[in-house]
Amino acid sequence: MNKKRPVNLDLFTIKFPITAIGSILHRISGFLLFFFIPFFLWFLQASLSSAKDFAAVSDCLGNPIVKFFVWAFVAALAYHLLAGIKHLLMDLGIGETFKGGRRATITVFVIAIIVIVLAGVWLW
Amino acid sequence: MVKNVTSLTRSGLRDWLFQRFTAVIVGAYVLFLAGFILFTHNLNYTVWHDLFAHTIMRIVTLVVLLAVMIHAYIGMWTISTDYLTKNTGVRLLFQTAVFIASIAFLVWGVIILWGL
Repeated sequence: MNKKRPVNLDLFTIKFPITAIGSILHRISGFLLFFFIPFFLWFLQASLSSAKDFAAVSDCLGNPIVKFFVWAFVAALAYHLLAGIKHLLMDLGIGETFKGGRRATITVFVIAIIVIVLAGVWLW
Repeated sequence: MVKNVTSLTRSGLRDWLFQRFTAVIVGAYVLFLAGFILFTHNLNYTVWHDLFAHTIMRIVTLVVLLAVMIHAYIGMWTISTDYLTKNTGVRLLFQTAVFIASIAFLVWGVIILWGL
C-alpha cells in the first residue's frame, strides 16, 4: 500500500450520512459493553451468593449513581442488540439498498430511543 | 494494513460467521433474561437463586458467556486492527489484554455458576 497516500482524518470537517452514525454507535456500544461485563458478573455473583448479598445488591441499585450506570449499560445493550438485528436482517438481504439502509437506521434509532426511555422509567 | 494472525479463526469469512452465530445466541439469552427480570412478580432471592439452580440454566449461561467472549474478541480485534495500525506493539498488547480478560471472565463465570 502506498505509504505516501493522502489521508484526511479531520473528523469535524467530514459530513456523515445517518447510516454512518448508526454504524459508529454500534461499534462504540459494543466496545463499552465489553467493559461492563465484569460488573455484570460481579452483580450476578453477589445476587446469587446469599439472601443477604441479594439484599445488598438490591440496596445498591437504589443508589442514583449505580442506577445511572445500570441504565447506561441497558442503553448500550439495547442499541447494540437492535442495530445488530438490523445487521442480521441486512445479511439476509432485507433492506440492502441505499434508501433501505437509511430507513433501517432511523427505525433502529426510534426503537432504541423508546426502549432506552422506557428502561429509564422502569429503573426510576 | 495489518496481518490477521491474531484473529480468532484466521479466516475473515469464518470470523464473520462466528460473529453472527454468537450474536444470535447472546441476543436470545439477553431477551430471555430481560423478560424474566421484567415480568417476574416479586423477584426475590429465592426465585432468582432457583432460576440458576437448574443445571440447564447454568449450562446455557456458561455457553452464552463463551459466545459473548468469542463475539467480543472478534469485535475488539476488528476495532484494534482498524485504529491501532501504526504501532504493532500497542495493538498486540490491546489484543492480548482482551484475550486474557476473556479467559478470566469465563473462569469467573464457572466459579459463579458452580460456586467453587
